[in-house]
Amino acid sequence: MSDLDIQIPSALDPFAEANAEDSGAGSKEYVHIRVQQRNGRKSLTTVQGLKKEFSYNKILKDLKKEFCCNGTVVQDPELGQVIQLQGDQRKNVSSFLTQAGIVKKDHIKIHGF
Amino acid sequence: MAEQTSSESKEDIPEITPFDPTKKKKKKKVVIQDIAEEDRLSEKIDNLTLADGVENAFVGMKKKKKKPVGSDLTNDGSPQTGQGGEEEEDPNNSRQKYPWEGTDRDYLYEELLSRVFHILRENNPELAGDRRRTVIRPPQVLREGTKKTVFVNFMDLCRTMHRQPDHVMTFLLAEMGTSGSLDGQQRLVVKGRFAPKNFEGILRRYINEYVICNGCRSPDTILSKENRLFFLRCEQCGSGRSVAPIKTGFVARVGRRKAGS
Repeated sequence: MSDLDIQIPSALDPFAEANAEDSGAGSKEYVHIRVQQRNGRKSLTTVQGLKKEFSYNKILKDLKKEFCCNGTVVQDPELGQVIQLQGDQRKNVSSFLTQAGIVKKDHIKIHGF
Repeated sequence: MAEQTSSESKEDIPEITPFDPTKKKKKKKVVIQDIAEEDRLSEKIDNLTLADGVENAFVGMKKKKKKPVGSDLTNDGSPQTGQGGEEEEDPNNSRQKYPWEGTDRDYLYEELLSRVFHILRENNPELAGDRRRTVIRPPQVLREGTKKTVFVNFMDLCRTMHRQPDHVMTFLLAEMGTSGSLDGQQRLVVKGRFAPKNFEGILRRYINEYVICNGCRSPDTILSKENRLFFLRCEQCGSGRSVAPIKTGFVARVGRRKAGS
């Protein structure tokens, strides 16, 4: 009996929508772009939170080519993969990511001063 | 003395004056409408207060003009109570005369709103938008050696924002991606070189995110922690919101090269 009662609402799939909305909210995962100081006037830009589906290495390759800087993909135990670039490339990176359609503008958070 | 001049121009003024205030009122209304369409409510309040200030100035100017006229009118037996209602009362009451008086049209929203604000301002002025602006002093920053930066008036700023220095400090350090600590004189020492402008930008972001109320934009808020979540409660309007926690160890800390240090 109780099984039947449960199955009827599940046929309506109230959870499917909820999950879809959740994934919509989940896509609001920000991409964080940070800058870190190194010695002297050198600095380092990190891009964290890109979607897993993207090939980080390809993005990195384009970034490097576009901004004429070096960079790597770092594997972090907690945060997954993080792109590192040499120099303060925050504005470059954010404009690049939005223009390439990888991330929406309001999902990018630029940190640092 | 005024009666002489007014008695001279007695014939002219009653015809002109009913036009004047309506003109001014209308002008004011239009201005407010234009602004109101563009801006949000808080700014609208500002504009209203501004506009009212202008109007008050006008009223002040009118007083001298109108009092004699009004007295003359009353002497005449007050023939124009409906139309000339604006003139014949004493100056304190003159602002309570509304543009819809004498007509049977509907009230406009702006008129009612300004009426509410008039009343509010008369009865308890501290509620009516005359908010004091809390000014955050610019951060004073010194360089300690070449690699450390000292934020001198850090405690001061925390106090003006009513925030725990700990909270502000974790935010600053997380944003700048460095480490730092409070020293003996309660100054913040941060590793790395930073200009005052940098601190200012970060503080501005902090204030936007953790101090200012979203509803009424007032900085008079309290940050409280309720089972591991930070909540911001506004003292002015009573609204509350949850606030994102500061994620300190967010960055894959790309530590210094081993050879570097």
